[in-house]
Amino acid sequence: MSENGHRPVLEVEDLVVRYPVARGLVGTVLGRPRRAVHAVEGVTVRVRAGELVALVGESGCGKTTTAQAVLRMVEPDGGTIRFEGRDITKLGVRELRPLRRRIQMVYQDPYESLDPRLRVRATVEEPLVIHGLGGSKREREQLVRDALERVELAPAELYLDRFPHELSGGQRQRVAIAAAIVLEPRLLVADEPVSMLDVSVRAGVLQLFDRLREGGLGLLMITHDLSTAARFADRIAVMYLGRIVEEGPASEVIANAQHPYTKALLSVVPRRDPRERTRPQILRGETPDAVRIPPGCRFHPRCPIAIAECREVDPELTRPAAARSPAQRAACIRV
Amino acid sequence: MSALLELVDLHVWFELDGGRELHAVRGVSLSIERGERLGLVGESGCGKTTTALSILGLLPPNASVSGRVLLDGVDVLAGGEETIRQRRWVDVAIVFQGAMNALNPVRTIGSQIVEALELHQLAKGAAARRRAAELLEQVGIPGDRAERFPHELSGGMRQRAAIAMALSCNPRVLIADEPTTALDVMVQAQILELLDALSRDFGLALILVTHDLPVVAQLCDRGAVMYAGEIVETAGVEALYHTPRHPYTRLLFAATPDLDGARSDIASIPGAPPRLDRPLQGCPFLPRCDSAFAPCATLRPELRVVGDAHAAACHLNGVPALTEA
Repeated sequence: MSENGHRPVLEVEDLVVRYPVARGLVGTVLGRPRRAVHAVEGVTVRVRAGELVALVGESGCGKTTTAQAVLRMVEPDGGTIRFEGRDITKLGVRELRPLRRRIQMVYQDPYESLDPRLRVRATVEEPLVIHGLGGSKREREQLVRDALERVELAPAELYLDRFPHELSGGQRQRVAIAAAIVLEPRLLVADEPVSMLDVSVRAGVLQLFDRLREGGLGLLMITHDLSTAARFADRIAVMYLGRIVEEGPASEVIANAQHPYTKALLSVVPRRDPRERTRPQILRGETPDAVRIPPGCRFHPRCPIAIAECREVDPELTRPAAARSPAQRAACIRV
Repeated sequence: MSALLELVDLHVWFELDGGRELHAVRGVSLSIERGERLGLVGESGCGKTTTALSILGLLPPNASVSGRVLLDGVDVLAGGEETIRQRRWVDVAIVFQGAMNALNPVRTIGSQIVEALELHQLAKGAAARRRAAELLEQVGIPGDRAERFPHELSGGMRQRAAIAMALSCNPRVLIADEPTTALDVMVQAQILELLDALSRDFGLALILVTHDLPVVAQLCDRGAVMYAGEIVETAGVEALYHTPRHPYTRLLFAATPDLDGARSDIASIPGAPPRLDRPLQGCPFLPRCDSAFAPCATLRPELRVVGDAHAAACHLNGVPALTEA
């Protein structure tokens, strides 16, 4: 139990996911050592009921792999994943099945995630049929209507018989969300849920998440967009090369960032107001690939404040001296 | 003095199956000066990319165009395909989102630039190779990467290579169509910094085509907001943000999350843009507008001057006398 009484729905602890790199025929013949992409290296994250946690970072940082591990779509190489207090890290397919309806996923592209041949009714009803839920056909129809109205596709009659191509991008994403929440999940994992949508409709979909969260749903949102995380998340975790480098209450991570990587990321986010042209602190080069993780602090080769010690010490997440919130953590020996 | 590049009353129609026509660009007029950075901004389907492609004569065969595209006062559309082809790349160049389609996958990036230089008879042999290395260095690609193939480069490096290609004929106008949309925020910052430096150092005029208002606010001098095939507002970026004169501009900014607006409310714009395969009556933004009044249903608002270098197409700025309508 946490201080505010909300139970954790998801507790990920020290998650490790590695993908083997193909050695190729030559490499195999020569007996070169097997190498691995260290996609996720010791990630700990928790989502409570009624909370939206944003996992933020650039491509290749491991945020999507973390989400996939939570959904058991990839096998973890280490660590534990607990859902509603129960360790699900090692559960088999059969034991996982009843849990699947409690952990649902919303994908980035509503043009690909919906079956173009299915009407809205069938798309939203399908999960109920698969899980053998909802009782009679008539009862299922009612659940489908309720789900559509909860995602603000109301009145439902207007949408039930439409095909995906007859809907706008925002409406499609709402249908995808309806198909996820019709199962009454406790946790929704959303991977870049608005990045394919037009700016004018993004806010509507995100505000829908706000309301679902108020209803007690836990949300883990994967995003590269700090502005979206700033406005909609309760907590933000910033990832770099398979690690969380900073985490805390969203307002603190944005207004009082401590880790040099978070600071650099924030400095390059384009602002709406041209008068707020900040001096972007552009990191040179690119994120190293996750096969060759730099020793010590993995951020040190690009870090503007690195010292010799940073090449040796792999920093843990600790409370920075200048943090105002006890819940803020950064993995940097210099803060 | 004529502008470096000027579009006058540009219209583009696409012929669709069944003889229908989609009127994608509806009377766009704009101009850009040397070294100026203009953001052409709007949501998908607003006609911003079609406008950009028509400048280069790169529209598909089912498109028809009317209006004028003037370079130094000379109409390049009037001369037909041949005139456009001569001007393309030499005066006006373009880079696209993702950059992959601009680069030949089976040639090294260095050799592609050499080829472009030789094709346009700007340099040959060793001189062309030197110039290619220079161009790559200008866009921040280390010399040793010239021998790489496009797939061996990261997304950011590919976009840089595409920019180097576009610069090979010393164009005066560079059109960048969503140049950073597929890129990470740090790489986006690197590319925007490069575009900024190119326009500052070489007086390159830049037309940035994007859906991303904050990117325009940060990089551009001026923005032109497009909706349903028209420019509905154009102004300096500060005026656009602080004193918008079209409700769409105001609502689009209000729909865009910002770091500082952490807890401020952002709001989506209800409804969707109108279909462009039918005639429009009155203001195209009317069904989504929060400030509409009687004239909006019948009178189409024209783009009118509302301030210093500021124009908007909205009746809130004054309804024309009926005789003008």
